[in-house]
Order: sequence, then structure tokens, then C-alpha cells
Amino acid sequence: MPYQVTIVNTGETFRCGDEVNVLAAMEQACCHGIPVGCRNGGCGACKVRITFGNFNTRKMNRAVVSATEEADGCVLACKTYPRSDIGVHVLGRVWQTAKPPRSTSFSFGFTWTTPTFQPDKET
Amino acid sequence: MALTGVLRPGHVAIRVLEMEPALKHYIDVLGLIEVARDKKKKRVFLKAWDEHDHHSVVLREADEAGMDYMGWKVDSPATLKKLAGDIEKSGLCTDFEWVPAGEHPKTGERFRFTIPTGHVMELYAEKEYVGNNCGTDGPNINPDPWPDDLKGVAPSRFDHCLLYGDDLDGTVKLFREVLGFSLAEQIMTAADKNFMIGAFLTCSNKAHDVAFIRQPVKGKFHHASFELGSWEKVLRAADILSRTKTSIDIGPTRHGITRGETVYFFDPSGNRNEVFAGGYIHYPDKPAITWYDETLGPAIFYHDRQVNEAFLSVFT
Repeated sequence: MPYQVTIVNTGETFRCGDEVNVLAAMEQACCHGIPVGCRNGGCGACKVRITFGNFNTRKMNRAVVSATEEADGCVLACKTYPRSDIGVHVLGRVWQTAKPPRSTSFSFGFTWTTPTFQPDKET
Repeated sequence: MALTGVLRPGHVAIRVLEMEPALKHYIDVLGLIEVARDKKKKRVFLKAWDEHDHHSVVLREADEAGMDYMGWKVDSPATLKKLAGDIEKSGLCTDFEWVPAGEHPKTGERFRFTIPTGHVMELYAEKEYVGNNCGTDGPNINPDPWPDDLKGVAPSRFDHCLLYGDDLDGTVKLFREVLGFSLAEQIMTAADKNFMIGAFLTCSNKAHDVAFIRQPVKGKFHHASFELGSWEKVLRAADILSRTKTSIDIGPTRHGITRGETVYFFDPSGNRNEVFAGGYIHYPDKPAITWYDETLGPAIFYHDRQVNEAFLSVFT
């Protein structure tokens, strides 16, 4: 397990192998800092910003990570493979299209919350 | 013939990020059968083994995951023309388009429209029969109960979709009043018993042919579901998913809504799939079942009695 991943929001650290993506390594290490969704680059639940280190990525759903965001270091943990020790800042997913249909306080589990922290609303 | 008008969900077109792993999933793991490829538009057409029509699943390689559209088979070209007119007149839909015959292989013209929740739907009357390969003395002659050489989970048919969108009221009105569906089950808020947050709609004897959940988004895809014959086959499906290291969402378990036995999982692009068994027979005069949001836990997952966060908030 050559590389250390640090979740900067929570301080959790875990090891990640060459051929393992950051989210799978986190689940294997029984850590919980990054929300787990589809695990396959589609839903955007595990969106993070890389704060330091080198990494490769595989194809991600453009609806949840725009080209601009990707250029800015935003990636999905499930499609990110470290090539050095890395730090990740958890963003979680915020849909751009959110617009309530009418005046109601109803929210059907829509925003992400985890036991450890509220995801940032910066995207 | 009692079942008329809109007959069934005939196809779902799903966007995948990379075709090769998608085909490995949909063919080798889920066990659909490839019937055609369209290299120009990067599409692959598939069917489940017991469907007679040419195809029921269309995969298209794209930069975004999710659903392109869902198609509905209607009973005749005359019904297609009539419903197309009714949809245009209803004032509920937008972006009308006649897609010419042959744009999907072996398929007649399709009427395409966007519904109030932002999903693209199609109606069509004609798709070539290719059969289920069970006949022993020719197609549909002296058939065996199932064909040889099935792979993976091997569901019998594409069954329904669950979709997320904002204008649930408009979409439910369209399906019930224009397309002739009935409401099998509904989820309402306890605070305002007239405020619907989920609708399970059927055009047939099934507990649902399509379902919608109110979420402040347009045109989102929660899952496409495929039918299995028994609870034991759902368990076997979960065994196959685990053996192939497929990302499992939840299950095997039971839904309160529709009573189906289920396992949820994700394709390699993060689109959710379901295989399920059971449920009940719906007739148009069956009173609608109502659930309130305070009992949403057992409504969705009858044994856990609580909804896992990802089930509601993870979609493409």
C-alpha cells in the first residue's frame, strides 16, 4: 500500500494501493469521511478537491464534475488513483439544477449529510 | 382485448461513460443479449431473454451518465397518432418530435416528447419480433420454458424505471389523464395529505410500469429494473453481483411499496439497476395504496425500516 490519503476535513488517513481508487481504499480501511454513492463515477457523491499530491483519474460523469472543476482539482474519489501521498477535501454533491417546484419545506433526503460533518457548499 | 392503448415500457436508453465495461456489465453480469450495434452513434441495442421485441435497452457512450429516454409500446399506429395528438393538446409536454422509422433498428416511427418532470418519453407502435428462442419446432412452437446459453443474472424482461423530477403533479396528470395509466400506489406527506411525493403508475396488470419521486431536479434517473421469476433468483442475482465485484447499493430485501423482492446495484457508469421478483396483480379498479412520508422507511425497505441515505440522494 504505497500511498497515504488524508481526508483534510476529518483528519482521517488511510493507505491506498497503486491499482485501487481512493474511495475503495477508504471503504477497505473502514473509514467514512467521503460519502459513498454509486462507486462508479456517475452520481458525484464522493466529489473531492485534491489539496496536494499527484494522481490519475478515469472518466467521470460530466454532469457532476465539469471540465472547469476538473482543471481546478475537483475529482470523484471513486475514479481517482494516487501516484503519491495525497490530501482530499470532501465536497459532496450539489446539483446545479436545484429549484423547488413550489413553496414547501419538503426535502426528500436531498442534501448529503454524514455523521461526521456537513459537506461544503462551494460548488 | 382488455389491455389497450399504452401496452408496456418497451425500451430505456441509458448513457454510459465507456462502452466496453458497460457491455461486460449488461451482457456478462446482468445477462442481457446483444442484438444490434450502431457504430456511428456509439449505441448498442440489447434485449432480455423472454422479450419478443427486437430490443429493450439502448446503451449510448457519452460524457454524462443517466437516461436519454424511455419508450412505450402502444397497441397500433392509430393509437400512436391519437395519443401524439392528445399529448400535444394537453399542454403538459414540450419538445415534440417524430423520430423516423429505422432510427432504432427494426423499429417504426416514434413520437418523442418531454414530460413535466423533464424526462424524455417516446411512444411507438412497431418493433420487429425476434422471439425468445424457446421454440423447439420454430418460433413459439412447442416451446421450452427457457432457452439455453443464458449468462449472469438473466432477467426475463425490462420492467420499469424510477425517475426523479420536480413537477410530479404535471407528470402524474399526464400519465393518468392522457396516457390512461392508473395510480397503484402513492407517497404523500403527513403534514399535507394532498401533497404527493411519490407516484407508482401502471398501464398494465403490473404493480408499476413507471414511478416518479418528487425531487428539485429535472430529468433524473434513479434506476431501470428487470424482472426475475422468484425470490430465490434475487438471492442468486446478489451472489453473482458479489462474485463479479459489482457495486451493490442495497439488498436483497423487500419493498413495502409494490411488495417486490429486490436487489439494487450500479452499472460501471453509476446508473442504478434493479432486479426484482414478486409484487401483485393490479387491476384498474384496485384502490390506490397510500404511504405517508413518516413511514417511508418500511415503505421503501420493509425489513431495515429505514431508508439508506444513498437510495434517495444518489442518482444520475
